[in-house]
Amino acid sequence: MKSLALVILALLICLSLAATTATQEWFKVEDAPWDDGSAVILSWQLSSRRDSLRLQKADSTGVYIDLLNEFSASGSFKESDLVHGTKYRYRLLAYSKDRSDSLALVATAVPAQQWFYMGKLSQLIILLLICAAILFYIISARRGKELFIRRISGLDSMEEAVGRATEKGKPILFIPGISDLGDIQTIAALNILNHLAFRAAEYDTALIVPCRYSMVLSAARETVKEAYLRAGRPDAYREERVFYVTDDQFGFVAGVDGIMVREQPAANFFLGAFWAESLILTETGFGTGAIQTAGTGQPHQIPFFVVSCDYTLIGEELYAASAYLSRDPQQLGSLKGHDFGKLLIIILVLVGVVMEMTQQGWFRQFLIGGY
Amino acid sequence: MKRNLPLVFAFVVGLVVFLSEFIPHNPFGQITETLENWFMIVSSFAILLGQISLVRANVTRVAERSHNWQYYLAGLVSFTLMVAVGLLWGMEQTPGIFGQGEKIAAFISAKPFDYIFEFSYIPLASTMFALLAFYIASAAYRAFIIRNFESNLLMITAVIVILGRTSFATALTGWVPASLKLLHLPELTDFIMQYPNTAAQRAIMISAALGVIGSSLRIILGIERSYLGGGK
Repeated sequence: MKSLALVILALLICLSLAATTATQEWFKVEDAPWDDGSAVILSWQLSSRRDSLRLQKADSTGVYIDLLNEFSASGSFKESDLVHGTKYRYRLLAYSKDRSDSLALVATAVPAQQWFYMGKLSQLIILLLICAAILFYIISARRGKELFIRRISGLDSMEEAVGRATEKGKPILFIPGISDLGDIQTIAALNILNHLAFRAAEYDTALIVPCRYSMVLSAARETVKEAYLRAGRPDAYREERVFYVTDDQFGFVAGVDGIMVREQPAANFFLGAFWAESLILTETGFGTGAIQTAGTGQPHQIPFFVVSCDYTLIGEELYAASAYLSRDPQQLGSLKGHDFGKLLIIILVLVGVVMEMTQQGWFRQFLIGGY
Repeated sequence: MKRNLPLVFAFVVGLVVFLSEFIPHNPFGQITETLENWFMIVSSFAILLGQISLVRANVTRVAERSHNWQYYLAGLVSFTLMVAVGLLWGMEQTPGIFGQGEKIAAFISAKPFDYIFEFSYIPLASTMFALLAFYIASAAYRAFIIRNFESNLLMITAVIVILGRTSFATALTGWVPASLKLLHLPELTDFIMQYPNTAAQRAIMISAALGVIGSSLRIILGIERSYLGGGK
């Protein structure tokens, strides 16, 4: 009898504890983990009696301003664009259905900077693997290993284009894209310009380089000048042939179109970053009958180039061009590293498909930066 | 030294920017922003270089009476005019040497700079952009000429997408039963744009990203030096 009473008592305690837990309401604010200290995460749990909530943040004068006015019994809210090391105060107001009861909970947090973006762990691993492969192939090439690099007809055509311009006694036009020097596509274009200028100097063919930005102008002049020096033709270098047109996108297009129509270059090269003007430029070039080679990393512009140019460098080929043209074993080795990157991506895509089909969500979560 | 110093800079800056991408803590977290600000400052000073180049190139051609020198003269006059009116009366809310130019503004309804910009430059730029429509038509005509299997496929796909984007598509395939919904032209267009088109674009983007990694690594390690002038 005594033990039965004890069991009933224990059951009652458990039930009361469970009831307490079910109705326990809380609100907390925590620093968002593994970030640059610019975000906090607000989370809460309310009882079933509640039917509305307001999430507020105190401004510098202590006045609370609404952040969220949407009810959910439990949830979280991430506030971004905060300054690390600053104390932020938040308030949660919740009301019962019959408005007989209300709740106000206050919490504070200080966002802090961490030493690693955990959300970018997958990116770092993939990047390190690709870099390691590139370095491995560079070292292999240095040791004299023969590496097979597939032909890129767009780059092989450079000789043909320069030859044709020389035969016709007409200039070559080179546009290093319409982006500034901060764009890697412009750097890739300048690398190709170096090789082209060298060939042009050897064949004594005029090379015209209109630039959209002053920084690109400065770098392009230096590149062309060095190439002419390397070819032993410093006397043939004409600074005024590498010139600035305008910063304005369509002003630049009008200027270059005018040059194409008036000068009638025998070969046009459009390499670098291009946007809406790509087709206007290449169609004008097509109209003048020039042999045209284009290349860009902008996927949306590639169809325009394919249609209106004789040769097109697609995506990676633009960046590989300088290494391909230089025939330097070290640089060619790095191109082999790109192939490893492609293989890695193919494997990741296939594994991803299998993981999604077997509902292993952690793989996708890891790749997109969840942890 | 002249060649090695830029290479050392490229290595150090490249490494620091790489690290800052993964380390949010100070000082790494601020480095990228600081470098971007430096780039903007250097870029601003370089504008002058561009203007000097522009004036020199045009003046030389006009002075030498080279072929089509009139166009270069037009360029010079336009450049000088915009600089002059901008300096004298300013633009938008910014005053010039002669203040806000209220009298002229009352006469032509805007400051001279803004007036020329709005009624000369904008129509000209729009005209250039509008040419795109005609060039797309001429380029599409060449692309759709059936020469082989690929161009045939391209033309069929293009016709489906063009029709699928018009209201005519619904009328054309509205009779197809709901069980064959994918054959409705708008549905088929969405399918083409969402799956084969996106897949192809992503393949190019991934390939370009790999190229960027390789190119950046070559520059950081000093293997790629063409952009500095000279080969190896």
